[in-house]
Amino acid sequence: MKSSTNKKHLLMGNEAAAEAAILAGCRHYYGYPITPQNELINHMAIRMPQVGGTFLQAESEIAAIYMAYGGAAAGARVMTSSSGPGISLMQEGISYLAGSELPCVIVNVQRGGPGLGDISPSQADYFQAVKGGGHGDYHNIVLAPASVQEIADLVYDAFDLADRYRNPVMLLGDAQLGQMMEPVEFRKTPRTHQTVKRWALTGAEGRARNIVKSFYPVKGELEVFNIRLQRKYRAVEQEEVRYEEVNTQGAEIILVAYGTCARICKEAIRRASGTGLQIGLLRPITLWPFPKEPLRRLAKKARAFCVVEMSAGQMVEDVRLAVLDRCPIHFYGRMGGGVPSSREILKKVLNILAPEGTLELEIPEIPTELGKGLYFSTIP
Amino acid sequence: MQALYSAPKTLLRTPSHYCPGCGHGIAHRLLAEIIDEWGIRGKTIGLAPVGCSVLAYNYLDIDMCEAAHGRPPAIATGIKRVHPDNIVFTYQGDGDLAAIGMAEIVHTASRAENITVIFINNAVYGMTNGQLAPTTLLNQKTTTTPEGRDPLAHGYPIRICELLATLEGASFLARTSLSSPKNISQTKEALKKGFKTQIEKKGFSLIEVLSPCPVYWRMSPVESLKFIEEKMTQTFPLGVFKDWEKTVSAPGGQATEV
Repeated sequence: MKSSTNKKHLLMGNEAAAEAAILAGCRHYYGYPITPQNELINHMAIRMPQVGGTFLQAESEIAAIYMAYGGAAAGARVMTSSSGPGISLMQEGISYLAGSELPCVIVNVQRGGPGLGDISPSQADYFQAVKGGGHGDYHNIVLAPASVQEIADLVYDAFDLADRYRNPVMLLGDAQLGQMMEPVEFRKTPRTHQTVKRWALTGAEGRARNIVKSFYPVKGELEVFNIRLQRKYRAVEQEEVRYEEVNTQGAEIILVAYGTCARICKEAIRRASGTGLQIGLLRPITLWPFPKEPLRRLAKKARAFCVVEMSAGQMVEDVRLAVLDRCPIHFYGRMGGGVPSSREILKKVLNILAPEGTLELEIPEIPTELGKGLYFSTIP
Repeated sequence: MQALYSAPKTLLRTPSHYCPGCGHGIAHRLLAEIIDEWGIRGKTIGLAPVGCSVLAYNYLDIDMCEAAHGRPPAIATGIKRVHPDNIVFTYQGDGDLAAIGMAEIVHTASRAENITVIFINNAVYGMTNGQLAPTTLLNQKTTTTPEGRDPLAHGYPIRICELLATLEGASFLARTSLSSPKNISQTKEALKKGFKTQIEKKGFSLIEVLSPCPVYWRMSPVESLKFIEEKMTQTFPLGVFKDWEKTVSAPGGQATEV
């Protein structure tokens, strides 16, 4: 498959992620098999040799993240991918990447947890992705695609962001997005030249040596380094927030959801059109940096927010931190591989608007398991 | 007047953080000498581990990368795959390589990864006050085996060269020591052979160096050199365990002299 053409391809999310990485100039991929991201590693095994790159199946996710670390330290664009349990194993390495300020793209095709969990879609690795995940004060830049096309676009951008900020970037997908097939177009320019990285390890021919490290044993140096890291993170927060707004103008209820849940919320909004229900959606595309400002702006007009996640309520905490007590915040979540339906979301919205059941709406039945979700509300 | 012998340029003139009688300084110097003699400073990339030698980059004037505990072989793999014509080595202690990093070293060797590993075996965790290492001798006292290493409670010492010799991917494996001028000079020869293996793209090479840790062996530096010769080499015999240039010596771990 030639990725540079403007043709449409029918691809799985996992395959599109691999193809977009190649388009972005990634020639070093390290991975380890785990469902539901296997198509990504399989695709890389075929494609990397075709483009003169390195594909290596590591002995563990720990080895995979450190092979990626080595490639990054050597100045190359590198990627690794996994799912929940494997991403947990990589956390040490991700902390080291952040501490050594190395650019690296990590794809997490989320599955149900905790523990071995299952292989169904989930968004329960949100905290791990956006709050650091490993030890120390650091942030990953976290991108949340909601379609196969957006996987392709964001994986490409992830490499630029990683290089620009010398920071790990995580693409937070899920089993649904990784496994489904959609038409995708590779619209961006293929990268053939690697960015010049003066700090990289290449052999110190004709220059002073380079050291890649995160150890600062002299008292005070580590604090100075951390202050510099935090300044970088503030710059990322200033420059890189991305989000999408749907139907927020005049909406009474603002749904807040990312990835797969955001798609289902869009369906809920479509189904509610013409019923008089005014529902909008704020979809964070960057989960870190989090779109706090748009939420604060919407909080001035909206009657309430409803956060929808495939988790027990993780992103809802960031929505609360952004909105504070300016507006009531409700939550609807499914866990352990449960995927909310648009009908469930609409039922929740009706419940928020008219808790006593005074508001009735005709919503056609669709086969889904109802009543399993976790509900809670915080009303100031 | 012509200088016949001087400090290698690649060895930086900086105060050492190593304890009196420690072997790391000697091993660093040998590396620096080889880099100077072969003129390979501009293409050599080193990996420092977690352990006493985490600060190895303070002493060697080459591109270097710090690694998480046990992970240098994986990081070296990533670097080498980007720069296949550079010389990439890891420098690791026994806790780093033979305990937490066992999976990485075994698989890197089995992939015939074209890197050189310098494995400093001093039979204890030096940086953290001398705890039990995978290579601690039977009956040897450490801070976590105060009554001595008991095989029923703490297992047996692991012989890395012998273990890796079973892998087809390993091309050069040797065990040397720093216990005497003769052994130091043989260590240098083995290190050269490791780099030669890599430069000629013959695959994975590892040199295990028995090295003194007088402070955590609770001995004088002189006693610790005697301990290597009289005790350590009983468990860890010196020799070449695999050599791509010769048909290999030693079935059953019976080593030949370097």
